[in-house]
Amino acid sequence: MAIHPLLEDRGFTSFHAKQMVEKARWAAEAFSGLDRTEVLRIAKAVAEAGYAQAQRYAQWAVEETGFGVVEHKLIKNQACSRGLYELYKDQDFTGIKLDGERKILEIPRPAGVVFALTPSTNPVATVFYKIMLCLLTRNAIIISPHPMAKACCADAAKLLAKAAEDAGAPDGVIQVIEEPSLPIVETVMKSDRIDVILATGGSPVVRAAYSSGNPAIGVGPGNVPSYVDETADVPAAAKAIADSKSFDNGILCTNESAIIAHGAIIDTLAQELKRNGCHICSEEERDRLEQTLFPNGKFDISLIGKAAELIAQKAGFRVPPRTKVLVAPLARIGDDYPLSREKLCPVIGLYVAATRDAAMIACRAMTRRSGGGHSASIHARDPQIILRYGEVMNVLRISVNVGNSLGASGFETHLAPTMTIGTGYFGRSSVGENVEPRHLVQWVKMAWNKDDRIQMPSFSTADRVEKPKIGAPPRGEIDYDFGNHPDGTVSAPAPAGQTTTQDADIRAEIRRIILEELKELTAR
Amino acid sequence: MSKEKDDFIARSKQFWNPGKTSDWQRMGVDLVIDRREAYYLWDVDGRRLIDVHLNGGTYSLGHRNPEVVEAVREGMAYFDIGNHHFPSIMRTHVAEMLERLTPPGLKRTIFASGGAEAIDIALKSARNATKRRKIICIERCYHGHTGLAVQVGDDRFSKLFLSEASNENVVKVPFNDLERMLEAIAVGDAACVIMETIPATYGFPMPKPGYLKAIKAACEKVGTLYIADEVQTGLMRTGEMWGIETYGVNPDILVTGKGLSGGIYPIAAVVVSEKAGQWLSEDGFGHMSSFGGAELGCLAAAKVLEICSRPETRSQVHYISAYLANGLRQVQANYPDFFTGIRQRGVVMGLEFNHDQGAVYVMKHLYQNGVWAIFSTLDKRVLQFKPGLLIDREMCDEILTRLDTSVALAQAELFGGRARSYMTSSKPSYSRQSAA
Repeated sequence: MAIHPLLEDRGFTSFHAKQMVEKARWAAEAFSGLDRTEVLRIAKAVAEAGYAQAQRYAQWAVEETGFGVVEHKLIKNQACSRGLYELYKDQDFTGIKLDGERKILEIPRPAGVVFALTPSTNPVATVFYKIMLCLLTRNAIIISPHPMAKACCADAAKLLAKAAEDAGAPDGVIQVIEEPSLPIVETVMKSDRIDVILATGGSPVVRAAYSSGNPAIGVGPGNVPSYVDETADVPAAAKAIADSKSFDNGILCTNESAIIAHGAIIDTLAQELKRNGCHICSEEERDRLEQTLFPNGKFDISLIGKAAELIAQKAGFRVPPRTKVLVAPLARIGDDYPLSREKLCPVIGLYVAATRDAAMIACRAMTRRSGGGHSASIHARDPQIILRYGEVMNVLRISVNVGNSLGASGFETHLAPTMTIGTGYFGRSSVGENVEPRHLVQWVKMAWNKDDRIQMPSFSTADRVEKPKIGAPPRGEIDYDFGNHPDGTVSAPAPAGQTTTQDADIRAEIRRIILEELKELTAR
Repeated sequence: MSKEKDDFIARSKQFWNPGKTSDWQRMGVDLVIDRREAYYLWDVDGRRLIDVHLNGGTYSLGHRNPEVVEAVREGMAYFDIGNHHFPSIMRTHVAEMLERLTPPGLKRTIFASGGAEAIDIALKSARNATKRRKIICIERCYHGHTGLAVQVGDDRFSKLFLSEASNENVVKVPFNDLERMLEAIAVGDAACVIMETIPATYGFPMPKPGYLKAIKAACEKVGTLYIADEVQTGLMRTGEMWGIETYGVNPDILVTGKGLSGGIYPIAAVVVSEKAGQWLSEDGFGHMSSFGGAELGCLAAAKVLEICSRPETRSQVHYISAYLANGLRQVQANYPDFFTGIRQRGVVMGLEFNHDQGAVYVMKHLYQNGVWAIFSTLDKRVLQFKPGLLIDREMCDEILTRLDTSVALAQAELFGGRARSYMTSSKPSYSRQSAA
């Protein structure tokens, strides 16, 4: 207890948060001057640092939040560190792009300062993911972790920040708000000193990001229907769904919410689901489950990512050992029927449709009120129904014959692996794809006259204008004179930056004109 | 100039300071500051200026820094200036912070209401601790205008008031002349050496490598105390909390002021070692100051120390310093014959021009182009160039662009010819519009 209220510790203040943003602005400025080799060296070092600690953070995240499965979080942490580096290392977000045919030259412009909100459900994986995206595109990032996961996230972010700086990243490229609070998050979110918000979290957070006045890329909630057609490879479908629903105890927003099964295959499907560790609930069990998961009609967040057995136990019924998923036969589908809503836990609905037409109606109903723009899945062999499904669903990604958790999020498909699902116009977002590095960089397009007589000079993709280095973290032997040394030895004036030959020629030409003009003047 | 402003200037001459008011008008700086915010000043005529004078760091954190303002405003619900005799919550709090934030060995804080008073306290403390009278200082240096402070500065300010020091009490040696300094110390009869870490009013000539360290070592041999005047170079402006730290010296006494006030409420402080502050135990009533360490000032100081000691601030200063260092070298390259030197330690900078009044001209053109920076009183070749600790890159660019224009204009005015033939029409235009 302090002797006076004025001396009480105020903790991390909004003023301090604003200063963090200013530091990030400088870091972004310095970072934007690094070349591809330097950027890749930093990204690789960070990816490896994250990869090496993937297990520790998987464990820590589960301990801190109580959500999910360690071994699955390990997979995500690995995929979001080394995995992302390997995937994107050959894409160039730093050099110029040339289109000689159309006479267009493009220069990358990083967003600048990215404010990243990370969730409690996939805490460290999202921290890794957002950091990797920012590093590959030369953006500075400020992470605001979900309060439930702040310790593991802050630790992970600081570890990666150190790895980045050790590999030559400018000071402050990665920063984390260790004590996130609503006023702090709001201050930063509404600051006109950040460039884009990458929001992953619950709807209120995402909505707040969208209404902040800053460009924001966010995810909306999902409510994923998985249609199993009469032409499906039923055993394969059942296995994919069971694995996907139980992955990290159903915590990814891409996890299946309900199976819509064609009447023709329901019996086989039920058998196969059971073989894959699913317990099909009786009506009584289902109703108890509903009471437990949605007391007063709202999802009990304490059950997010909890094991199936534990949930059954809470609901007051027993399931066979090693049950991975609870299957709840749905009476109907609609937002007034809680069990048909999003469930971030290993509980999946099961609804039987007598015909394809009925199935299409049921699947559409799943995302009518919530989950639009997100994802859906289909298990079928008939291309006609697959195409029809794509046409009728109001989602922006559909995984076909693969579990949706890792399918829609790009880890088991060729979609961009992501922890941030753009839900597009359906979900009130300007981004409708899986968020990937390219969403954090824009391109200056330099265009020449179409006229064939006008030539675009020959550039090489290796051409670039060097920026002076300004951003090493201050440590060790520091030059406080910043190159302007005392004792009469004032450094020679720096050349005005390395330029391409063309640039140098133009400058020489300007210089010549000015000199001539000056000569003329002095002659008068 | 508007009629209202004209009248006001006349009244200033009549009631305030005719000499100073007229001098500024003569130098082409008709500034009467009205509104101020962050690193901007507005003249009463509405013209905006970027402040790179900052009154020697008084406004390092910006004018009316909202964080400092809030701290003082909040504190005013409880406190006023306070009673200087009694232990005070805020004074002790700031003293504790200073003990933590100053170089090792410095232990207690004596408060003053301004830098010069603090210098007097430092000198008196040294005399008390050593029982010696003599003070060694630097020729052409500056430590303020009070009784002792003015004596250890350039005669420019003491002669006028017939207040020069006697030769037996004060020995002055040239800056950066280590040999002369060591000779003076070796006599062994000096209470202290007082040094501005980088002499500001003299245009920030940088101490030669090893110079300050050697002085301190020599002082230790003969029991002479080292007083670091950090009024201008302290509080993170050099890239570390105290300029003296960047030279690897642990002083016996450290004086801070200016920026410590946050530009909101005057306060200065002397941080002393156990030995240098022995009078505090011997006779705690030995020095008194009604306003020294006023609790409202302490509120500002505590917040300033908090902000300056944030790692973000240090990082920002390093970024700004590096960015401006590059930018200044590029500007310099455009005027190699006129803009002859850059002196820099963090954001403490002196720009050197090869004309004995060069900085006065550059100051004038900067003023006309929307930047306020002041020449060095004791070396008018050098412009004091002291940007804030928290400026952003856009403002750095603004300053550099305007500097480039202004140096060109000053060069043209001093040496003839046109600044940039393609920038102006028949005559160089110094009109206000150019700054709008």
